[in-house]
Order: sequence, then structure tokens, then C-alpha cells
Amino acid sequence: MNKTSKQSPYRIHRFSGLLFVVLGLLLVATILFSICLGRYPLTVTDLLTYIFTGKNTDPLLPTVLINVRLPRIIGAILVGGALSISGAAYQGLFRNPMVSPDILGVSSGAGFGASIGILMSFTVLGIQAMAFIFGVGAVFLALSVSKAIGKNHDKILMLVLSGMVTAAIFNALVSLTKYIADTDSKLPDITFWLMGTLSRITVAELQIVVPVVLIGIIPILLLGWRLNVLSFGDEEAKALGVNTGRLRFIIICCASLITASVVCIVGLIGWIGLIIPHFARFLVGPNHKVLLPASFLSGSIFILWVDNVARSATTLEIPIGILISLIGAPLFLLFLRKSSKKTW
Amino acid sequence: MILEIKQGTIGYGHKAVLSDVNFELNTGETVCLLGKNGAGKTTLFKALLGVLKPFAGTILLNGTPIDHWNRRKFAQLVGYIPQARALPFPFRVMDVVLFGRTAHLRAFASPGKQDRMIADECLEMLNIVHLKDRIFTQLSGGEQQMVIVARALAQQPSFLIMDEPTSSLDFGNQIKIIQRINSLKNNELGILMATHSPDHAFMCDANVAIVHEQSIWKYGYSNDIITEEILKTIYGVDVKVRAMSGNDDTARMVCVPTV
Repeated sequence: MNKTSKQSPYRIHRFSGLLFVVLGLLLVATILFSICLGRYPLTVTDLLTYIFTGKNTDPLLPTVLINVRLPRIIGAILVGGALSISGAAYQGLFRNPMVSPDILGVSSGAGFGASIGILMSFTVLGIQAMAFIFGVGAVFLALSVSKAIGKNHDKILMLVLSGMVTAAIFNALVSLTKYIADTDSKLPDITFWLMGTLSRITVAELQIVVPVVLIGIIPILLLGWRLNVLSFGDEEAKALGVNTGRLRFIIICCASLITASVVCIVGLIGWIGLIIPHFARFLVGPNHKVLLPASFLSGSIFILWVDNVARSATTLEIPIGILISLIGAPLFLLFLRKSSKKTW
Repeated sequence: MILEIKQGTIGYGHKAVLSDVNFELNTGETVCLLGKNGAGKTTLFKALLGVLKPFAGTILLNGTPIDHWNRRKFAQLVGYIPQARALPFPFRVMDVVLFGRTAHLRAFASPGKQDRMIADECLEMLNIVHLKDRIFTQLSGGEQQMVIVARALAQQPSFLIMDEPTSSLDFGNQIKIIQRINSLKNNELGILMATHSPDHAFMCDANVAIVHEQSIWKYGYSNDIITEEILKTIYGVDVKVRAMSGNDDTARMVCVPTV
């Protein structure tokens, strides 16, 4: 055997089963650690005793666990996982590793929806509904624009360009709402919303968002193999028996649905959907059957750790969107240095 | 089985590249498609594969118009070996060959044990088992082409459409591809191959269709069709067509360009 095949990342690939066990355990450990971390510290022993026997030495433990820590942690897992899996699906769909989940304008749309909601003094639920509707709406706008004007062009290219145009329009509209917003009350609200935070997640929100995200993720996971085939481009995938139009539509719908539903509860959180799929591809290779679940797990673990830093590094909580960029960008560079052409 | 195009007018945008084309490919038959650059060979293939809708005319597979076929069923019968490719992600050769099994999988399924066995057989048939665990993007052009042929074979089609399978290959790899094509010939497989070398038609002992001036200008057995006048007309150069006398494997017609 020659040198190239010995160094093949697929040697790792064969152990992907084991890798999932490791990622799973890492996630569980991270969850336990994150539960105990915080202004009101809990010990792992107390926590495990409470979980397995129901006895609590610390009277405040159930309250802190159920009302404070768990919603935030479940929310974080959901956000990190959803953004990473839709990033991975979009990178496969657009055959481009530079793509992130907001390529079709979902984040800009959601940002505008939320800004309008804040401007018109909607309730929290109203603002979230606006963010969701405008997020999904922006994607459909991009889809219809590309369909309407792109008859004589490459479909993928037209989608990306329509997404860029849609995002540009909504970003301009966000700036407009900021410009006309009351500088004492509304403007800070809009700005904070756009920064993103995990601190406001409630149990009630999770009851809606968890099922929606699960419904969106299942078709993406099931279509993993067909996403692989799409790597060779539209025409070849068609010749191999894939209904590319339908596949693209389903993936875009599901990915936008899950992205919009997490963005609407936590605000704009960038980067993660771009870098985590790269990291996962480095771990398990390009096969979407394993890449998609690996992205979900890595994304959850990553965001939990960033959130742990966000809420415990300083007395004032740092917005997680800022921290993800600050931590994610150098990590990404470090990882690019370690990885090679073989990764993508 | 039969794949045919009737009175087809095909093109891009508003411009027809081919007009009023009639052509049929039967199983058990090997046809080489000749024509100068830009004559419309790839365009014809795209129409036959159903990825380019013709302006006029019908394309039928077993008598049914191809837009009535669903993509999966169609791909079970027609395999495609394209010209150029760029793969953005580093898939393993085995994965790429397994892509060929997609047409035989249910909507949400991925390849199983049996698909792997079929893929193994295809790699064996083409003598490239040693590439199995290599990364496709790191292979040489010739190796990649062989893998793509294996992918099409894994599709187990009744028709194989090859768009210049020998282009960008060195002399040895070109001949190897031709040898493989010859070894694939059988009564259940119809092969349609575009090529820039008229000699390939002689080597494959194939029928020849010539795409010229927006239509299929000539069609017939290679020895009858490929003549000095016809080559002069389509390529605009002087070529002598001579019979190689020899025993066995080299006894065939050859094209000798005058320089």
C-alpha cells in the first residue's frame, strides 16, 4: 500500500460507530458539567443522586435544574445541532463548503421580522412569530426569485445569488428599522436581539420548537445518501436516478424550517453553521449519512462549551453570538491548518 | 429494448443546436457518435438522458416518452458516463461506485450489503479493485474515468451513454477504455459513445452516427460510413482510410491523417 492510502481519512471513517459513542458520551458529560456550572453551583454527585434516586440534599436543586439550567441547555443543544446540521445539508446541496445556513436569507429575514415586532411593541411570542414568518418568507422569496429569473442560468448559482439579493434587502430593512427606532428603548432591544442569546429560552418555547426541529431534521437525515449523489452536480445526479428538483426543495424547506425556528427563539447566531460541518467532515468524512448526525452532535457540544464561557467568564453575560465568532474564528483557522486537501 | 428520438429539435435558450433528428439505439448494439467540436454530440446525449427538454419531437424509452418515466426507473435502464467532472468533497472510490446503486434504492434508503457486492463486482470487472479505498479526487484522470465507468456499470443499465470517455486520457488509458467497452458488449447492453477519434469506431467494430450541420447526417456500419470524403467534410482535414492487413487483432481499418 502506498503512502496516500495509508493516510486516508477513511481509516477514521471505519471507526465512525465508535466515534459516535465518543461524541455521545462527550455530549452527556458536557450536559452534566453545564448543569452544575453557574451562579448557583451544584455538584455532580448531588445532581446524579437527584436524577437516579429522587432525593435532594439541596432544596433549591430541582428549581434551579428544571427552571433555569435545563431549558437553557436543551435550547443550546437544539440551536447548535440545528444550525450545524442545516449548514452541513446546505454545503452538500450547494456543493460548496463555503455555504452556511443563512445563504438563502433566512437570518436576515428573521432579523427583520423580529425588528418589526420589537418596533411595534409585540409580546415576546409575537416577536418570535414575526422572526419565524419572515425567516421562512425570505427563503421562499429567494426560491421564487431564482425560479422566475434564472431560466437560462445554472440553478445553484441563481439560488445563491437570489439568496444574496434577498439578504441584502432584508439587511437594509433591518438598518431602516434601527434608524427609525426609539434610541432609548427599542434600538437596544433590536441590537440585543440581533446579537443572539440563549438566556431567554423558556420551557414553553421549547415545547413548540423541539417538535418542529425534530420534524425538520428527520427528512434531512433520511435523504443523506441522495445528498451524497448530488456532489457530482445536477445532471449526473439526475442520470443516477435522483429527482434533484424535489430533493433540493425538501432539503431547503427542512433546513430553513429548523434554522428559522431556532433563530426565532435565540436571535442571530452566526458562524456555527459554517465551521461545525467542516469539523465534522474532518472527523467522519464527506458521507452525509454520518456527516449530518456528527454535525448535530459536534454543534451541540461546541455551543454548550461556548455558552458555559458566556455565562460564567464574567459577571455580565457575554452575548453568545459575539463569543462564537471570537472563539470560532481562531479555532477554524487552527483547524484549517491541521486539515488538508483530503478533508474537502 | 430501444431508446429513440423522433424528429427532435434540441438546443439551449432559443437557439437550436440540432433539428429534426431521428436516431435509435437498440440493446446489443454499439454506436459511435462522431462530429466536430460543438456539433451537438453532448446536446443529443442530454436530450436522450432527459436532462435537456427538446424544443420539438419526442424521446422514447421502450415506446414511452421519457418525461413519463420517473428518474429512478429511467436510471435503472440508462447509465451515463459524462465528460468532465468536479467533485467538491473527497469521497472514497467505493462510495462513488455505490452512487450508481441509487437508482435501485428506495427513496430514503442507502446502499446495503448486496449493493456493496455489486459495486465490488464492477470494480473487479474493470480491474480497479486496488483503488477501492482511495479518494476519488486524488486519482489520475484515467483512474477517475475507470471509476466512473464502474459507477455506470453498478447501475446495471440496459443502455450506456458515454460522452467522450477517452478524452483527456493518455494513449494507454484510451486503449484500455476501448478494450473494456469491447469486453462489455453483449446482447443486453446498448452502448452509445461519443468520440473524437474515428479509429475508435473501427476498434469497437461499431456502428457510426455522424452529427453534422444540425442533424445526424450519416448512419451505418463503421467500415461503410467512415470514408476519406466524409472525414474531409466533417473535420476539414485530409485523412487516408486504409485497411490494416494482419492476422487477428490488428486486422481492421485505420485512419491515417496526412500532415
